[in-house]
Amino acid sequence: MSEEEKKEEEEPRIGVFICHCGSNIGGYIDCKEVAERAKSLPHVVFTQDNLYTCSETGLAQIKKGIRDHKLNRVVVASCTPRTHEPLFRSCIEEEGLNPYLFNFVNIRDQNTWVHQKVPDKAFIKANEVVKMGVAKAERLEALDKIIVDVTPTALVIGGGVAGMTAALNLSNQGFETHLVEKDNQLGGRLNGLYKLYPKDIDASELLDALKKKIESRSNLTVYTSAQVKTIEGFVGNYEIEVDQDGNIIPLKIGGIIVAVGTSLFTPEGYYGYDGEKRITQSQLEVKLKNNDVKANDVVMIQCVGARIEERKYCSNVCCMTALKNALAIKQKNPDANITILFRDLYTPGSYYEDYYRRAREAGIVFVTYNPEKVPKVEGETIKVYNEYIGEELSIPYDLVVLSVPLVANAENKALAQMLKVPLEENGFFLEAHVKLRPMDFATDGVYICGSAKWPVDITESITQGYAAASRASTILSHNTLEVEGATSSLPEYNKALCTGCEVCITVCPYKAISKNEDDEIVITQVLCKGCGVCGATCTNHAIVIRHFTDEQIEAEIEAFGGK
Amino acid sequence: MSFEPKILGFLCNWCSYAGADLAGVSRVQYPPNIRVIRVMCSGRVDPAFIFKGFEVGADGVIIMGCHIGDCHYLEGNYEAEKKYAMLVKFLKLIGFDNRVRLEWVSASEGTRYGEVVTEFTEHIKSLGPSPAGGENPDNEILTKLKALKMAAASDRMRSLVGRQRKITEQENVYGEKTDMDEFFEIFDSAIIQEYERARIFIALEEKSRSVKDVAAELDIDPSIVLEHMIILKSRGLVDFGEIVGITPMFQRM
Repeated sequence: MSEEEKKEEEEPRIGVFICHCGSNIGGYIDCKEVAERAKSLPHVVFTQDNLYTCSETGLAQIKKGIRDHKLNRVVVASCTPRTHEPLFRSCIEEEGLNPYLFNFVNIRDQNTWVHQKVPDKAFIKANEVVKMGVAKAERLEALDKIIVDVTPTALVIGGGVAGMTAALNLSNQGFETHLVEKDNQLGGRLNGLYKLYPKDIDASELLDALKKKIESRSNLTVYTSAQVKTIEGFVGNYEIEVDQDGNIIPLKIGGIIVAVGTSLFTPEGYYGYDGEKRITQSQLEVKLKNNDVKANDVVMIQCVGARIEERKYCSNVCCMTALKNALAIKQKNPDANITILFRDLYTPGSYYEDYYRRAREAGIVFVTYNPEKVPKVEGETIKVYNEYIGEELSIPYDLVVLSVPLVANAENKALAQMLKVPLEENGFFLEAHVKLRPMDFATDGVYICGSAKWPVDITESITQGYAAASRASTILSHNTLEVEGATSSLPEYNKALCTGCEVCITVCPYKAISKNEDDEIVITQVLCKGCGVCGATCTNHAIVIRHFTDEQIEAEIEAFGGK
Repeated sequence: MSFEPKILGFLCNWCSYAGADLAGVSRVQYPPNIRVIRVMCSGRVDPAFIFKGFEVGADGVIIMGCHIGDCHYLEGNYEAEKKYAMLVKFLKLIGFDNRVRLEWVSASEGTRYGEVVTEFTEHIKSLGPSPAGGENPDNEILTKLKALKMAAASDRMRSLVGRQRKITEQENVYGEKTDMDEFFEIFDSAIIQEYERARIFIALEEKSRSVKDVAAELDIDPSIVLEHMIILKSRGLVDFGEIVGITPMFQRM
């Protein structure tokens, strides 16, 4: 029996540490008294109040407490587990305790900060939540983190500029990389673009350079006309099938980057769109590329099918695209009359704002329109009501260019299901956290970049490509990974309870639960994220949710009731 | 002294608990009656926890999770919603349905967290103390709560809740699909039946009793009590005991 296991079998010996958090807690309630009262709680053998429990001194006091009083459970009452649990867990781990034998009680964010006018009641609440926390701590069990091997190979789905950048970066870092593109050539949106703002280089220049670099990499394999067919496995250990023109290619992958980009919106029914005289910005780019713009009077309309009830979002790239193409026309034909009808013009940052200034200097006319009174195409003129002068303007045209939004790919749904990652309301992929984990999914080992997440321009796609590659390398660069140990389980002693009803399989969103050849339920620990839904649904209470067991939660409830 | 309700809250780690923390960071002030139990997902909240909460004297119980579509675990809050729907149906039987609440609060809704807790606390204050709580709880209500807890924990109810989406959204092996109305007809009758069965089972706690005796105490038709008794017997929970005169007595296994 290991030292840890021995400790686990012993009676709980709980230490409770009450943090003053300077005056954040201590300024409202008597922390010394909370610590004093905690002494009478079952199995509590040591309590202490600290000015800052999370400081060097505070952590040293916890360690000393563990040593001097042979503590085998630690409770800290202070801020919130969402920020400080990892710190205290590693603190007790350094002193030889299993990190799961720690429990956090929130007496700041959810107590003294929110009950500042009733400190006496906050004091009572603090005592009660400490009691609940101790009740759970008594029943905590040591858990092992799970170690998994990592295949140092990456899969990038989507060969647009973001995907190409990510794949190249990973390949340059020495990881074997597979790049899957559904089209018959790499490049994605870059293929249809003429110039790239803000420096007006040729899109083909960037594309050719990227392609050349990709071709030169021996550890980077490209599959065009190919799609991901199946994805099985988990972080570090994915088994993937790629379908290339009917040939199935099996791959073993450690991490996945989603770079599927977007689709173009066809503005059927908007402003008499016909693809000839009334076209989209991307059709205009093809014309510019072929030197085929004959028109002299050009009217561009912004936000066509965007920022409306069905599609509330701003497509992000259209303002700059319109400016870029307007300037390109002007460059070829300085006498052209160009009017841009817009709702709001977004040109953030100094580069883009400078671009806007240049467009104005070149004589491009900007006219706002009200979304309640959208412009009308009437024969050879466009009628638009202008709020500033309170009049309807008639603008003659021989070419109307519609700025339409980039929309999510229809295939996103199927891919999201295979990857077990979410989509947002418009069908784009949803990252784990918009600020804290922008390139990650909540599912470990899967990352995102480029317009798959939100329409972004080339510059941003490249930045995100690098970012996602860097995130993926944090996993690929390790031989093994530690995975969260607080998962659901069907322990040996509960196996007899399982009726094999399969309800748990139905409710598990991560496909972590399955049946083996012997028709027994098996939970794959590395796939499990510990949400606990299976345990709360299990028809015969056979599944145990580690670290949030029925017994632990019921103990908290009993302590709440004062029993 | 004015009534200070005891409120128990179950908060999911990713949205509501984070929202509650944000309320703190923003110094949003709300009544100090709530005691929070953190769970990873609102779908983890076993209905048994709520019954237990009322048994130990909660005046109100609130469950909070991520907004629908925003669940950290993709669909856990859908499961929470189904469990909650069952919970409300059971609690309605003892008039406790307005003492429980399910709310979606995101990590960015600190202010809303404060509003929800304030509103719920005020609501519970207006209802007054729970008859199952306080110094002298109503024993009849406590017995009924026990029966509700047992009924909700039954294999049948948990199966119906766990399979609801599969039953109503997908076809079975015979290619049949059950529509929502049909499902809820079955579900609602299961609620009543399982509650009555649990009450009968609890009524046999002290001693063996006849169908007639139990029927009179619980105010349920004797023929229905007999049907339940037979099902409880088939589940291995009760059995025939002695026969008094010509009346068979039932007892717990």
